Amino acid sequence: MTLLSVDDLSIALPKGADRELAVKDVSFTLEKGEILCIVGESGSGKSMSANALMGLLPEGVRSAGGTIMFGGRNLLDLSETEMLSLRGCEISMIFQEPLSALNPLMRIGDQIAEVFEAHDLLTPRTRRARALELLQEVGLPDPETTIRAYPFQLSGGQRQRVVIAMALALEPQILVADEPTTALDVTTQAQILDLIEELRRKRGMAVLFITHDFGVVADIADRVIVMQSGEVVEAGVADTVLLTPTHPYTRALLDAIPGLAFTGTPRAATEGKPILSVRDLSMTFRTRTSGFFAKPRVVRAVKDVSFDLQKGETIGIVGESGSGKSTLGRCLARLLTPEKGVVKIGGQDISHIKGRALHAHRRRIQMVFQDPFSSLNPRARIGTILTDGLIAYGSDKASARARAAELLTLVDLDPSAMERYPHEFSGGQRQRVGIARALALEPEVIIADEAVSALDVSIQAQVLDLLADLKDRLNLSMIFITHDLRVASQVCDRIIVMQRGEMVEFGPLVQVLGDPQTVYTQSLLDAIPGKAHEKALAAQKEAAL
Amino acid sequence: MLGFIAARLVKAVFILLAILVLNFVLIHAAPGDPAAVMAGEAGAADEKFLQDLRERFGLDQPFAMQLWTYMRGAVQLDLGYSYRQQMPVAELIWDRLPATLLLTATAFVISIVLGVTAGVLAAQAQGTWWDTLISAVALIFYATPLFWVALMASLLFSVVLGWLPGFGYQTIGANYTGLDRVLDVGKHLILPASTLGLFFTAIYMRMTRASMLEVSRLDFVKTARAKGLRNSVIQRRHVLRNALLPVITLAGLQAGQIVGGAVLTETVFAWPGIGRLMFEAISQRDYNVILGVFFISAAMVLLFNLVTDILYGIVDPRIRIAT
Amino acid sequence: MKAFWFRYRQNRGAVIGLVILALVLLCAVAAPFLFPRSPWSMVQRPFLPPFTMDGLPLGTDALGRDVLSGLFHGARVSLLVGLVSTVVALAIGIPIGALAGYYGGLADDMLMRFTEFFQTIPSFALAIVLLAIFQPSLAYVILAIAIVSWPPVARLVRGEVLSLRHREFVEAATLSGQSNLAIILKQVLPNALPPIIVLASLMVATAILLESSLSFLGLGDPNVMSWGYMIGAARTVLRTAWWLSFIPGIAIVLTVLALNLIGEGLNDALNPRLRRRQS
Repeated sequence: MTLLSVDDLSIALPKGADRELAVKDVSFTLEKGEILCIVGESGSGKSMSANALMGLLPEGVRSAGGTIMFGGRNLLDLSETEMLSLRGCEISMIFQEPLSALNPLMRIGDQIAEVFEAHDLLTPRTRRARALELLQEVGLPDPETTIRAYPFQLSGGQRQRVVIAMALALEPQILVADEPTTALDVTTQAQILDLIEELRRKRGMAVLFITHDFGVVADIADRVIVMQSGEVVEAGVADTVLLTPTHPYTRALLDAIPGLAFTGTPRAATEGKPILSVRDLSMTFRTRTSGFFAKPRVVRAVKDVSFDLQKGETIGIVGESGSGKSTLGRCLARLLTPEKGVVKIGGQDISHIKGRALHAHRRRIQMVFQDPFSSLNPRARIGTILTDGLIAYGSDKASARARAAELLTLVDLDPSAMERYPHEFSGGQRQRVGIARALALEPEVIIADEAVSALDVSIQAQVLDLLADLKDRLNLSMIFITHDLRVASQVCDRIIVMQRGEMVEFGPLVQVLGDPQTVYTQSLLDAIPGKAHEKALAAQKEAAL
Repeated sequence: MLGFIAARLVKAVFILLAILVLNFVLIHAAPGDPAAVMAGEAGAADEKFLQDLRERFGLDQPFAMQLWTYMRGAVQLDLGYSYRQQMPVAELIWDRLPATLLLTATAFVISIVLGVTAGVLAAQAQGTWWDTLISAVALIFYATPLFWVALMASLLFSVVLGWLPGFGYQTIGANYTGLDRVLDVGKHLILPASTLGLFFTAIYMRMTRASMLEVSRLDFVKTARAKGLRNSVIQRRHVLRNALLPVITLAGLQAGQIVGGAVLTETVFAWPGIGRLMFEAISQRDYNVILGVFFISAAMVLLFNLVTDILYGIVDPRIRIAT
Repeated sequence: MKAFWFRYRQNRGAVIGLVILALVLLCAVAAPFLFPRSPWSMVQRPFLPPFTMDGLPLGTDALGRDVLSGLFHGARVSLLVGLVSTVVALAIGIPIGALAGYYGGLADDMLMRFTEFFQTIPSFALAIVLLAIFQPSLAYVILAIAIVSWPPVARLVRGEVLSLRHREFVEAATLSGQSNLAIILKQVLPNALPPIIVLASLMVATAILLESSLSFLGLGDPNVMSWGYMIGAARTVLRTAWWLSFIPGIAIVLTVLALNLIGEGLNDALNPRLRRRQS
């Protein structure tokens, strides 16, 4: 039974935007009880389509044609009052950012009860009872406490469960989920996906699921729509689209997904003196709270980490948010001074040196950062960004500029980029500049901190290729920090798994991913979306041979 | 929450002590004999009085000792003696303080109520002529000197129209009692309090408007809309409450300006508060009174700040519960 | 620069503000040429109302001084005090805020306690105390205004620096071996500039208001003619010669209004992202 049908929907952006239409002639239907995924990269118009269903387009953005038929009515023709009675009741929506999706000043229970109030249902007392039931249903422990809690007292995953509880309160026929798991850790993501799947089954509601992640699509979608620059390029049953894509864009996207590839032979760990040697590294943060009697909050971000990095080797540090992996990286690069422990590079302990001594050794470890938008000074030309370091280490301007041009060629950018500003480049190009900057001082070790996490999947693959290529050509030694095991499996020789500041597992890639020794690593592996799809792909390949 | 308040109290005490040190330093930094500075304009006091002062404050003793003597006195609310007025400064201030408290508190309430209301109206009517009008009026008030508004208001409403009394605290010689007296004081209060509040009304209005618009863009407002809540409910329950947090902070910061502004308003309207006292002391170079009023007005500001801090704690659960 | 002017021009109020300020500036520059005689000198009988005598379009005050000449010379003082005290306040506030935000920890604690102290004490009362104790001269007026108006600068700069401090490009600059001073001056502060410029334009306006208030109370430099002094001197004759208070007040309102409008225009032009979100 078709619940909702979208025909030739177009959405116009305000004047002066980079294109006229955010969404152009999009058509699809949503059947009762199915999960339909709209997948695409940033700017593909997938979120706009979802917002149009709810009548919640951002200011200045308006629908420019087509129909959205639901229950015999065109949603685009409804008045605001008519939409009000629909929202939250017939069609519900959940969003990407669970941390900011709840009013910080209101108790959870009141925020859930509001849904009933908005539609004049139930009495205050029964609203509370229903809220308790809902919290139970979305799997929140101890609903009695949660109902009185404020959002800041809950974790991201718990908040997303609350948002889902609110969306389900009036048993809507359609749930619109706009990237609901993107901001969550991979294990939490798996739990939320399970929850959505389970609720769909129990209630027979239809889900319109917006995502950029084909792994997620493979795990939950019945049908899928692929969007590119506002247009639908491919649509069909999930398995068909994922296994036999027909449109080149879909194919490119699918090819770019890093798989869990740990079958290749890792490079033989060269014996001998390690280039970087870390012993018992610990870091503790103390934050003072504003209260007078309040104790300072102590966070032991990194606890007793030890490992050796050989020349030419890449060690991956993986873990969820809060595992201390980034803190560890910053301690190694001496952006932070570790609390205790030893960091030796080429035999020299740099863990606690200061001033002139630190300056002398600093250039030996360089970093590539996560966010291509905040890692380049918006007010400096690329040339300045690349030469600042060389000049600080005594190069004259002319030779520094010559070297910068060389570096740009090395990362496949044109040397004319020197005269331009960061905002003139795309995310992937900026990340190339970031890599060139890290290489400028000819470091012995490069630390890549989530260096591809902020990039769209197709760009991600290009940057990973570049890193692999540079690593071979320049015989770089690298620490690769990431939350994504799939990415780690593409570039690393050995893997360190971190949990709450501790190293829980350390070994060759094949061993850690193929035969994990701890429950935690296993749970990380289990949570990776799209594994069933990978198996199907492998089977397909085998059959083809 | 208690810890939070205690921390603020301790801080307030330290600031008061620091102001005393500043006062002491200023007396000694002023050109001329500190005793003469304390006594008022050089030559106004006789030699015996100066000698008294030197002994009492140990002005021939080491600097640290002098500071100690001064602080010990001040902590016991001994703010020195006004030679000009032949009265202890503390007593002078004590007599005038209620009038100033009444004036500043009224102005404070007027400006917050009017400012927040106008700000909410403007934000909700964003982009319409109604918003433009409110914003333009606020902009003009924001650019108008307090004392000039006071002068013009007294000219218009008191001299020309004769609607309201233009000076003083109550009708001289009327000797009202009970409700009549309250009404009489209230009538005298209207002009000074509203002109003092006007400038701050403009500030609160601009702040509330900006804050409302800022909060309207946050994710939880989108969640609220997805629930199917009516816009009026969203504005009141979700937007306004969150938007008021920065306004409360600002209200605390502006309290100091209101107390400072009282000097101007009280001068124009001959309102018998400590601001007027300060103005008189300026022309007589009566330093003890000036410094005393300065100290007490700082204490008033700290009091206003404490109230807004507690208010903030009540509104924001993150402070109420987490500290 | 072109794009900047384009965005600034979008705000009609800001353009009007610029025109008004240009006029006031013109008056200030032209004052010694148009009115070479001291604005303190008596030119006619006192209390001459405006528009009653050729050559004295705005009449005379209680001591027979030319009101128009006073206005022109007053513009010089207002703008001078506004600009110089703002520059001094920036010179105090920017380093304090930058150091506190960049180094954090104990330095931040100490510097912010210090700033908070100055922000808590009623600034106008402090300015009065300072000028009552030191002799009121133009330099002291400027200094007193700067001393009471730097704390917001320090807080703003600290906040900006704090948020920029952990941006990845600043960390990258640290890794590339640049000194802390170079990082603050070349990486951090240029990015904190837009809000500082906006605040500065508003501070000039506030400083002009403060100067007029101080002069009104008789705490201005007794040797320079200023708008606040003119209003203060005419206060006692409000009933009989109201225009003597009214006219300089309008001059203050227009100048301060112009500066505030310019501040809003600068805000729109320098923070285009914010602007777009608002419209």
